[in-house]
This record gives sequence, structure tokens and C-alpha cells, in this order.
Amino acid sequence: MTALSLDRGLAALRDEIDAPVAAFFSSCVHCGLCAQACPFYIETGDPKYTPILKVEPLRLLWEQELSLWGRLKAMLGIGRKVTDEMLEEWEPLLYDSCTMCGRCSMVCPVGNDIQSMVRKTREGMVASGHAPAGLIEASARAIRTGSPMGLTWKTLEAQIKHVESSSGLEVPVDREGVEYLALLSSMEVINFPEYLEAITRIFHHAGVTWTLSKDYFEATNAGVQIGSRDIAAELVQRIVDAAVGLRVQGVISPECGHAYTAVRWEGPNLIEKPYPFEVLHIIELLDKLRAEGRLKTSGKVTDRLSMHDPCNLARKSGVIDQQRNLMDLVAENFVDLKEHGRFQWCCGAGGGVSSNERADELRMAAFKRKKAQIEEIEPDRMVTMCATCRTQLEEGLEEFNMDIPVVGLTEIIADHLVEKGKPA
Amino acid sequence: MSDPMEFLLWVKGPMFELALTIFGIGLAARIVEIFLLGRKPNYAKPRRGELAPGFRTLISRTVADPGTFARAPFDVVVGLVWHLGFLIALLLFIPHIELINSLLGLAWPGLPNPLVDAVTAVTILSLIAVLIHRITHPVKKYISTFEDYLIWVATFLPLITGYLAYHRLINPYPLILGLHILCVEIFLILLPFTKLTHIFTAFIARWYTGATFGRKGVVS
Repeated sequence: MTALSLDRGLAALRDEIDAPVAAFFSSCVHCGLCAQACPFYIETGDPKYTPILKVEPLRLLWEQELSLWGRLKAMLGIGRKVTDEMLEEWEPLLYDSCTMCGRCSMVCPVGNDIQSMVRKTREGMVASGHAPAGLIEASARAIRTGSPMGLTWKTLEAQIKHVESSSGLEVPVDREGVEYLALLSSMEVINFPEYLEAITRIFHHAGVTWTLSKDYFEATNAGVQIGSRDIAAELVQRIVDAAVGLRVQGVISPECGHAYTAVRWEGPNLIEKPYPFEVLHIIELLDKLRAEGRLKTSGKVTDRLSMHDPCNLARKSGVIDQQRNLMDLVAENFVDLKEHGRFQWCCGAGGGVSSNERADELRMAAFKRKKAQIEEIEPDRMVTMCATCRTQLEEGLEEFNMDIPVVGLTEIIADHLVEKGKPA
Repeated sequence: MSDPMEFLLWVKGPMFELALTIFGIGLAARIVEIFLLGRKPNYAKPRRGELAPGFRTLISRTVADPGTFARAPFDVVVGLVWHLGFLIALLLFIPHIELINSLLGLAWPGLPNPLVDAVTAVTILSLIAVLIHRITHPVKKYISTFEDYLIWVATFLPLITGYLAYHRLINPYPLILGLHILCVEIFLILLPFTKLTHIFTAFIARWYTGATFGRKGVVS
């Protein structure tokens, strides 16, 4: 890899500019409505967090090099240029105050997909050497060890043994020719080990054949978060190699939002070819099993439950009805937050913000939007299906002394399975 | 050109042709330069096609979602009112339709003059409110550039001169009519070089975003 430099950054930005970007920048009339969609603006009241301003470096480069008027201006030697100083100033705007939740892209009246442009602009930031330390470290660890948190197979193996003894079931490893390769996220393995036991029990119950891969178990993609196609493509390729090597029909993304969008939507474009397998989020698979009548549950929880839709899953991937179908299966008293589904509010931690310690304070500020939504509904517990969201909700609710436990949907389903051989 | 009649003939003649030429070539160049950039192939298996969701979003973004409406009612309501008012004054005023008919051979029914007059007055007031909002709202104030104010002026002038001409508030009439036409010409000349292009490119932007979300199975 050649040294990071402004030139490389500008080249990376140039490479990201396509027809949609040009249409978006040609159309923005500075109405500022994107700010009203951004938890970082709403909860801080600081207009510098207006989403469209966060992609100003990309806009400037587009204007100067690819627009009629900008080229005329550049010829006359007028107009601002993208410099290292500018990129340095923009680094916290692009990384600390944006989770790429995509809510701004959903409300922009001229139809600008601002989130996609933040993703693109981050490519230029990485190439020019302006990415936050926390994300650089996570990316380096992911490339070196396979896990952004440096988690090794040994740790996972210990957890597998524990799951096997507590469930009495086998956790299949490196089993060839099965239906699904299940991926995990390091954060889940560390914070929410109950997930692995939940899928082990559900898959056994539903007769799903599956496996973990010793070669590669990590679903998350630090390259997508930091904005480096090279790193992201390398991490996706490891998943593809594992899946192809084990001849599986599908790959299951765990309860993680960005892992799913990375492997489902960005992955094939990063490696520049379609996959020979399908990709499902665990919630999609569970709903599919439900629809096929393969999930037999008994009893329902009676406390008041509400749900946080992970941005990557709902707004950015169209998985909205599935989790509600599953809730109906096991919850008697489920109430949606007022703005949910494609219009849900971000928890404040996604898009690499939670890996970037410098952003801790802003991350908690952005959480206040979610907190306000939860306070409106007053649930006994919150349900979600993303380890990052779940960690943020737990941390945030504790910070504000709200006694509302957060649970993963997959675990609730696992808790209500009818045991084989017993009547429902 | 000291004679108002001479001025009117100039703005209706050579100046009009010049403005239309700059507008036509400039806008075509802007649209072509967008499409020439293209899109990289997308290898991810789509949930749905792009075409229909693209066209759906092209229309649907005209009206805000309920949450945005609640958080920014002024933007949503006044924004919609003045855009509609501008379109009504432009396209449903009978003398404008006659002009378009003489140029393009296309005609459609117009609205009665007093109605267009009232709509124009509302539009002018809305635009003034929009300007005050831009100067005072923390986000708008912070993000606004010279260009934002320039295009406000370019949009306001044809409306106010049209209103003054219709009510014969400035004499002689050929002078104010000529000024009205000149202001429209300035608008047309500025359009391809400023964010007034959004009049056309917003529909391209909306289509792309609708398509991007649509292929992932999200209604946008």
C-alpha cells in the first residue's frame, strides 16, 4: 500500500463520484430539512451537524472537476479547494457525528441519498490519512486477526463448549454441504453469548442444517465502517471463501446491522461479482421458518415490549415486517415506537461511532432521541436485533437511570420453543 | 434603448433568443454531465426492480413524512405553497399559455386572471417569509451561501415584476412588461449555472434514491 496522502484521498473521492452523486449535488437547495432528520443535530442543536454539510469535501471536488460552472470557476482560479486542513476539520463531522443511519436520505425533499455520500466521502478520508484512531485500530485488528476486537477462535471454542453442555446439543463446526453458514459478531460473542445458544436450539428445533467456520466466523466489516474498499473487500472475500469452501446454500448474518448490509448489499460489489449463495439476516431466516410452519412456540410474554429497529436492517435493508411477525408469535403486549420501521431513529452508535472513543460524548447525546421515543411508550423491556444497538441501548438507558432491560429477539424466540416430543 | 417600446422589443426578440439558447445548451450540458458519470454495476441480488420504486419516489418526495412535518411545519407548508404558486403563475396564467402556444404549439386551459393574481400574491408573500426564515433559522443561516440568496432574488423578481405589470403599477406598461420578461430571462440564464437546476435534477436525484432503496425492498 502506498503512503496515505491528499492526492490519494482526492483520487479516492473522484472514483466515488457517479451519476447519482452529481444529481444530488445539483439538486440541493440548502433547505436544511436533513438536519431535522439527524439525531446529532436535533440533540445538540448545533447546525454544523447538518447532514449535507458533512459531505462538503465530496461536493467541492465534484463542483470543481465535474460541473460546468465549477470548471469555469477553476479555470479562472476562483473557488475553494479540498485541502488537508479541510479534511482534518471534516473528520469529526464524517465519523463522530454520523452513524450513516440514512434517515436524512429518507426525508430529503429533492431526494438526495446523503448517507450514501457519507459512505463515499469516508473513502477519501481513509486514503488521505484522516480516519479516527479507534476505527483504524479496529480495521487493522480485523485484517490481522479476523476480528475487530481481536477475538480468537479459542475464545469462541470455549463458548461453543459451554453452549453444548448447557443445551445438550452439538454446535456444528466446519460441516460441509449444510444449508447455512452462521456468522457471528465479536461484540455478540463477548457481550451476548446467549445468541449462540439461541440459534443452536432454534436450528435444532426447526431442522435447519448449519455450521460455523473455523477459518472465519466474523460477520462485521470494519472496512465498510471506516470507508476502505480494500479492507472491506478483503473481509468479505474471507466470508465468501469460507462459504464456498463449505459448499453452503446460504450465509446467516447474526444480530448485527452493519454486518448484514456489508455482506448482503455491499459485499458483491466490493468483490465485483455475485455470490453463489444467498445472504439472510437471522431475523429473515427466523421469519421464513415461521412462515413455513417450522417454528413451534408456546406461551407469550405478557410484559409491555417495544422494539428498536436497527437502521441497517430496517431503513437500509427492508427488513421491517419480519421482526414484527416474530414478535406476534411470542409477545402479547407489543407496542411499536411512534416513528419506527423505515422512519425509525438511530440509537446513535452505528456506522463506526461506537468504535471511535473520541465520539463517546456525541454518541450519548444522539441517544437522547431514542430515549425520548422510549419515554413516549414506556415499555417494560426493549427488544432489538443488533449487538451494537443493544449495547448502546443498555448503556444509554443505564446512563439516564431508566430501568428498562434490552433483549435480543432471537433469544426470546428460543425461550418459547416447544421442546421436541412434548405437546404444545 | 431609451424608448420603453424599443426595450420591450429587444427583450422579446434578441435577448429572449439569447436567454433561451444559454438555458437550453447549459441545461443540456448539466444533464449530460450527470448521466455521463454513470453508475458502477450492482452485483447484489435485488429484492425488487429499480424502475417502479424510482418513479414512486420521484412523486412521493413532494410531500413530507408526518414526522418531518411535525418538526418543520413552516418548511413543509410554505415550501409547498410557494412552489405550487410559482408553477400556477407560470403555467396557468392565460397570457403565459398563449406565449408557450406560439413557441411550441402546445396549449392547455388556464385559470381566471383574478385567481392567478391571488395565487401570485400568496406566492410573493410566501417567498418573503422563506427569505426571513433563511436569515433567522439557525440551520438555514449557517448553511446558506451567496448562491442561495442569488437564486432567491432570481426567483422573486419574475413574480414581483409580473405582479406589478398585471396591475399596471408601473408606467409606461411596455417598461414593466419588458422588465418582467428580462427578469425571466435572467432566471433562465442563471438556471444551468446555479442550484436552480434542481427544477430538473431533483427528479433525477429522487429516481436514483427511490431505485437504490427500492432494490433493497424499502419504500422511500
